[in-house]
Amino acid sequence: MSWLVVGSGSSGEPWWISLIKAVIVINLVLFGFAYLTLIERKVMGRMQLRYGPNRVGPFGTLQPIADLVKLIRKESFFPAAAIDVLYILGPFLAAFTAMTTFSVIPWGPGWTIGGYEVTGYVADVPIALLLIFAIGSLGIYGFIIGGWASDSKFALLGSMRTCAQLVSYEVSLALSVLGVVIMAKSLSLVDIVAEQGADIWYVIPQIVGFAIFILAGTAETARAPFDLPEAEQELVAGYHTEYGGMRFGLYSMSEYINLITLSGLAVTLFLGGWHGPWLPGPVWFVIKLAVILFVFIWMRTTLPRLRYDQLMRFGWKVLLPLATVNAVLTAILVVWI
Amino acid sequence: MQPFGTLKGFGVTFKHIFKQPITQQYPEYKRPVYPRFRGRHRLNRHANGLEKCVGCSLCAAACPSDCIRVVAAENTPEHRVSAGERYARIYEINLSRCIFCGYCELACPFDAITLGNEFELSEYSRDDLIYTKDMLLAEPIKRIPVQDADLYDTPIPAYKSSS
Repeated sequence: MSWLVVGSGSSGEPWWISLIKAVIVINLVLFGFAYLTLIERKVMGRMQLRYGPNRVGPFGTLQPIADLVKLIRKESFFPAAAIDVLYILGPFLAAFTAMTTFSVIPWGPGWTIGGYEVTGYVADVPIALLLIFAIGSLGIYGFIIGGWASDSKFALLGSMRTCAQLVSYEVSLALSVLGVVIMAKSLSLVDIVAEQGADIWYVIPQIVGFAIFILAGTAETARAPFDLPEAEQELVAGYHTEYGGMRFGLYSMSEYINLITLSGLAVTLFLGGWHGPWLPGPVWFVIKLAVILFVFIWMRTTLPRLRYDQLMRFGWKVLLPLATVNAVLTAILVVWI
Repeated sequence: MQPFGTLKGFGVTFKHIFKQPITQQYPEYKRPVYPRFRGRHRLNRHANGLEKCVGCSLCAAACPSDCIRVVAAENTPEHRVSAGERYARIYEINLSRCIFCGYCELACPFDAITLGNEFELSEYSRDDLIYTKDMLLAEPIKRIPVQDADLYDTPIPAYKSSS
């Protein structure tokens, strides 16, 4: 298990620094999630000639806190026919896996604070990319279990769609990053960022891979125009139809944190991670993250939802061949040039 | 071409960020209602201060949701409330049941009950929505802006311009 030990590798930092960093990163990600919901509503509102939330606090800045208080104070009911253990386990599994994956994404160059060497990531795992995809696939179980255990046709249909869509698009998503892995000759995100700092950002040679990654990532996080798993008009709310209160909040949180992690992954793999002139590393990371997140929100406002057969056709007949060709071409070019 | 059409859509949504939202921020800005808007009821008085209502209960009979309660009493020379023989000792409208159809207004032979323009009627308790005679006789506390009566005092504005 040595490849999984936190803080392994070249950095000689004590374990408690990793722990502090983990706490900080988890809280920052949760904070980012809370305000991402606000920013999404604001930006979508402005794009639709509305104001968005602007009542709670100045410019609606306390809206996420009000939402949180509302969700926590709600009665945590569950359907009589639900299977208790799985019904409760579902959202926890989804939220846990969502929060875990952010740990391997590097956000800074590393500093020396008070004689201690502090690295700019929580864990440098040699197979970080595989780890993210593996844990992300585990997270799908949270959606499927929750949808199935709530014993409702809408939830079941929603989780079936989630399952089918996530499995289909995961292939394209994994293949689209293969080009980057081949170019960087490493699965470690820290190494990939270091390679991009020395060379060019991979978005330039891997522009096709980047486009596929964003599109497949939109489907992977079940956001518009690929939000079929929770198509309100047909499925009420998808797999979390029977959930309320903070259990629904956990599902919503896991979706948004998955989105943040995916955007962080896009920044790390294609946009040079924390590298950038003048400003410190974490600032550049957050700026790039914000741009990617804005693109996701922008896409949600602009594009209508696909039909189910269109979704499947797009995934299997367009994205997958493109990603395969991209990976093969990259491999050929890297070997021969 | 399909992909270019999609990109055009992105341009449209981005452009709209910089436009002024068309939202009317309700509690601060109250949209003027039309003059014939049917809101909260009013009981009217004659110019000499006597009530127009004579307690005939025709409004209660006409009410489809049965939300009006009238109990009449005789006028006496010492205690004269209305212009007619009798007056409404109790006049209550349960606004939580009222559907604001205006049939009471049509049924009333003396124009005693009319529907005003007030629509902000929320209360914390259902009991508070039973409006008594005093409340219906009093002037409304909240004022609602009304559209230009000369322009809009007909259901079909086109009639106004053509006539």
